[in-house]
Amino acid sequence: MLEFLNQIINGLSLGSIYALVALGYTMVYGIIRLINFAHGEIYMFGAFAGMLAITVLRLPFFLALIFAMVVSALLGVVIERVAYKPLRKSTKTAALITAIGISFLLQNVTAMVMGNNTSAFPQVFDQKVYDLGGIRINSLQILIFGVTIVLMFLLQFIVLKTKLGRAMRAVAVDKDASVLMGVNVDNTITITFAIGSALAAAAGVLIGLYHIRVVFWMGTAPGLKAFVAAVFGGIGSIPGAMIGGFAIGLMEALVAGYGGTMWSPYRDAVVYLLLIIVLLVKPSGLLGKNVKEKV
Amino acid sequence: MILKVNDLNVHYGVIHALKGVNIEVEEGQIVSLIGSNGAGKTSLLRTISGLIKASSGSIEYLSQEIVNPKHPELLPSTGLVQVPEGRKIFAGMSVYENLLMGAYLRKDKEGIKEDLANVYARFPILDQRKHQDAATLSGGEQQMLAISRALMAKPKLLLLDEPSMGLAPLLVKEIFNIIRDINASGTTILLVEQNAMQALRIADKAYVLETGTIVLQGTGQELLSSPEVQKVYLGG
Repeated sequence: MLEFLNQIINGLSLGSIYALVALGYTMVYGIIRLINFAHGEIYMFGAFAGMLAITVLRLPFFLALIFAMVVSALLGVVIERVAYKPLRKSTKTAALITAIGISFLLQNVTAMVMGNNTSAFPQVFDQKVYDLGGIRINSLQILIFGVTIVLMFLLQFIVLKTKLGRAMRAVAVDKDASVLMGVNVDNTITITFAIGSALAAAAGVLIGLYHIRVVFWMGTAPGLKAFVAAVFGGIGSIPGAMIGGFAIGLMEALVAGYGGTMWSPYRDAVVYLLLIIVLLVKPSGLLGKNVKEKV
Repeated sequence: MILKVNDLNVHYGVIHALKGVNIEVEEGQIVSLIGSNGAGKTSLLRTISGLIKASSGSIEYLSQEIVNPKHPELLPSTGLVQVPEGRKIFAGMSVYENLLMGAYLRKDKEGIKEDLANVYARFPILDQRKHQDAATLSGGEQQMLAISRALMAKPKLLLLDEPSMGLAPLLVKEIFNIIRDINASGTTILLVEQNAMQALRIADKAYVLETGTIVLQGTGQELLSSPEVQKVYLGG
């Protein structure tokens, strides 16, 4: 039982990361029906930005976190304007291939500038392990979970309670009708990219801190798993991405904890197996709407 | 003259959708545009609202040239507001949020509140369902919402694209009464309809559009009694 609770705690902190990244996938998909496969690299970029903010700019951790979120949001905006916006009226395949291209570009440029090897992420906090009657909680896990919950509340507030959020939802439903209301569709899409990128960057900084290192390929696997999380929750649905992220994190932790030597090396495979099952059984995901694709 | 469309041409690729269309709308009028499916009625409204590009011609609204605007989303702030074909309410958003979308460009908080109260007074059903997902409304209620949402923008010229589409006869009558009411309270109306009978009855002036060309025009009464209109659009 204690082991189980410990794995739940591991799963929740891991799931926080997946959920933050999944939100960007789902928001961008919701508004322009694009699977932004470069999103994992924004997460990687955010981790580097946070690392450099601490080591070079000497910023305290939370300022570094905000710094990383802001510059990654700007990167997301530039990518959207330069690479995706010109393709808005092209086929989905063209945009998808472009996203994959951007992903490689960001990885290679990062490798060129920062080197192929892992860089150390400064340990700005003394890690404490709290022992609550056998349940071990690491202070960083609390930080990851706490930051994630705060960001999720902030996002939900923006999306559900503000004029910007209404515009984002309206554009996701019907672009022409949004124009007739007075919404600037291009700007709304750009802001959506910015918000999604900022969330991914926060996840990147948190994981950098947790794993005490960053490297140019670090976005690939979590990016894919976050994508699985978004699909699992119902792509396009913001609560779905949150639930999906936590679900994937928990599953991975449980397989790692209980799989023994036989299964735990295959925890990633379990996640992808889940994707296949979800796609077979409920293609629209947990909270996804069963709408026909608009062409 | 609130709206003057001059020699407007619209192409979709090789298809010539509007072929030199001229229409004029005087302030305070109801002007109806009738025609069968694919005649170009919706294309005309969408071009006026800047959603599709004209290949040539001009659109003067309040004596300003507005053809092919760089920012079509700013037109509602000038009082040029469209209720699109098929209502296009925002599913997943509440009735209240849909109405707020109509007032998107307005900054006068007090005025918005007042207009919201007016909408709720006029359509109590929207008041009752204001926190409900707009997609759960019936067709007639959705049309009322779509019209109310447009009213939240304080239109001077309201473009209505097939407001009676898919509604039961009793509701159709109600929608036309609403249109007349809106007009009576000072809003000019350009109405596109397939329901020629009703559209001509309430029209000060009307146009018949066939395959992208205006083929007939006159007062609503004149067109109602025109043998061609009777034969093609009024079923005998």
